[in-house]
Amino acid sequence: MAGRLRGMFDELRGKRPALITYATGYYPDRDASSGVIRAMLECGADAVEIGLPFSDPVLDGKVIQESSKVALEAGANTPRMLELAEELRAGTEKPIMVMSYYNPVLKYGLESFAQDAVGAGIDAAIIPDLPIEEMSPWKRECDSAGLETVAFCSETTDRARVKRAGDLSSGFLYCTSLLGTTGPREGVSVELPAFIQRVRENASCPIAVGLGISSPEQCRQVGSLADGVIVGSALVQTISGNGRDLETLKRMVKEMAASLLI
Amino acid sequence: MSEEQATVPGCDRNGYFGDFGGQFIPEPLMSALFELERAFSQAMKDSSFSERLDRLRREYAGRPTPLYLAGNMTEGLGGARVYLKREDLCHTGSHKINNTLGQSLLAARMGKRRLIAETGAGQHGVACATAAALMGLECAVYMGEVDIARQETNVFRMELLGARVIPVESGSRTLKDAINEAFRDWVTNLKGTHYCIGSVVGPHPFPMMVREFQSVIGRETIKQCLDKEGRLPDMLVACVGGGSNSIGIFSPFIGAGPLLVGVEAGGSGRCPGQHGSSLTLGEVGVLHGAMSYLLQDEYGQVTETHSVSAGLDYPGVGPEHSYLKESGLATYTTVSDSEALDAARFLSRTEGILPALESAHAVAYAMKEAPRMGNDEFIVVCLSGRGDKDIDTMRKEG
Repeated sequence: MAGRLRGMFDELRGKRPALITYATGYYPDRDASSGVIRAMLECGADAVEIGLPFSDPVLDGKVIQESSKVALEAGANTPRMLELAEELRAGTEKPIMVMSYYNPVLKYGLESFAQDAVGAGIDAAIIPDLPIEEMSPWKRECDSAGLETVAFCSETTDRARVKRAGDLSSGFLYCTSLLGTTGPREGVSVELPAFIQRVRENASCPIAVGLGISSPEQCRQVGSLADGVIVGSALVQTISGNGRDLETLKRMVKEMAASLLI
Repeated sequence: MSEEQATVPGCDRNGYFGDFGGQFIPEPLMSALFELERAFSQAMKDSSFSERLDRLRREYAGRPTPLYLAGNMTEGLGGARVYLKREDLCHTGSHKINNTLGQSLLAARMGKRRLIAETGAGQHGVACATAAALMGLECAVYMGEVDIARQETNVFRMELLGARVIPVESGSRTLKDAINEAFRDWVTNLKGTHYCIGSVVGPHPFPMMVREFQSVIGRETIKQCLDKEGRLPDMLVACVGGGSNSIGIFSPFIGAGPLLVGVEAGGSGRCPGQHGSSLTLGEVGVLHGAMSYLLQDEYGQVTETHSVSAGLDYPGVGPEHSYLKESGLATYTTVSDSEALDAARFLSRTEGILPALESAHAVAYAMKEAPRMGNDEFIVVCLSGRGDKDIDTMRKEG
């Protein structure tokens, strides 16, 4: 049976690309982050990524670094994040993913993490510092627990490795839209269409593009190339100190979702 | 052919030393690591590269550094003779220049016009800025705000050498965060930039490559021991932060007989945040691209560290050290802040040599061990750097 994540892409195929939004769990605190994620789902996100913060997020720019720091100070840790996901799962059938770095997952135990994530209703875990060369032990545990996997590709990934990344991705292939860290950017890289084309030719799984996407117009451009669009920092930076005022966030998610309708 | 023959890299093709090492790094950087690995392996087979590096080591960096019999220290302590491998006499004042000359030569060979580096105490930053000036490369050095405040002179030295020092205000604002920031720069500016990492840490091929450039210390030491004593030492002692001077002196001796002892920062206590003893008190984890021992909490978050010496103030350690520890090929111990400070004062007074506080950790261990050994035995201590940079700290610590 296909998981919720692959199921979502199957259902949307030929209709429109999926909108995947990211929120750092426990930012600015537990309940506020739960409210943020529910608001995203209500306003048109097709799937959400909950960030399990790590002390040393090398792929992240300032916005997510700062949110991770605040989240850790607010008490974020692995078991609490699984609980938060479980609570959110009770209210939605849309895919829920966890995004983190390898060390928190490794410390929890690969097998335990995969099993407990599935138990909490999580569909996939995204681990950006786990390239395909290091992914096998994790992939094994995910397959046996029933957690979908996501590998990464960038414009520097050659054809042979795109193939392997596709083979390792049961959920989707995460293509980075630029070379750099997460964080809002003005435009979309001119290299992107050729890069996505190359990925299409070498991998058959769904393709979602993320990194630097911050406006409905960028969503539309990227959405015309890919099966999914991932937005993170641009939404995280709208969350104010107490996380209660979500109007800007809601409006942005609605506009982004609307930009993906054909 | 030079006597400085390349040592055989001690890791497998995927960059693992036993269970440690690897390439845990975001995908966009992988192609840069492959490019670096290819360039390094071609350079190692190219005699013009090794000849050029060899000439720079001799004529520019001041190698070979002396192996000095610390006669007063030996007499004062009793027991084994203590030799000091004088890396403090290298150009720029520490062993760091061995690595930056090698990497900057490699960067130039790869057509990279820009070097980036991280630095804690500023020793690697200064060595990198120096090599960049020599090769005509642009240089940017990431340094935590906390370290900038406590190492003002080295900041000015780097700027004088033409480098740009970029303050890092994220996380604990020390070495670990400077490395994070350097990786972020690298992933953004891949094409013309080489990341000149300062220790045997990071993803493959860095630990293997930095070890190769630093192993000149050990190769010279073998020859000098044979000249002076007619045999290999009974014990080698070196401090371990990331672990480059220790790997450098250990590597040709691994499995060859001498007891290899790495000394970590014991800091002010054994509680989290009080020390930098990754191998002694840490657990296996992944930081900065490699699987190795790591100071972390029960959820895998990296914890704060402390050491009186900025160069040992780091929560991780090079993966080869983790392998040497697990396989019993080397042993690791700790020395506290106060023992290191005492050792620095002792060496200054008995031998007229002011060691870096990092190196003073190794001296302190030798001071404890030498009296317990026979007077027919001898120890080599890697005196990795000079202590001028630590004068303010020593004054403050009384």
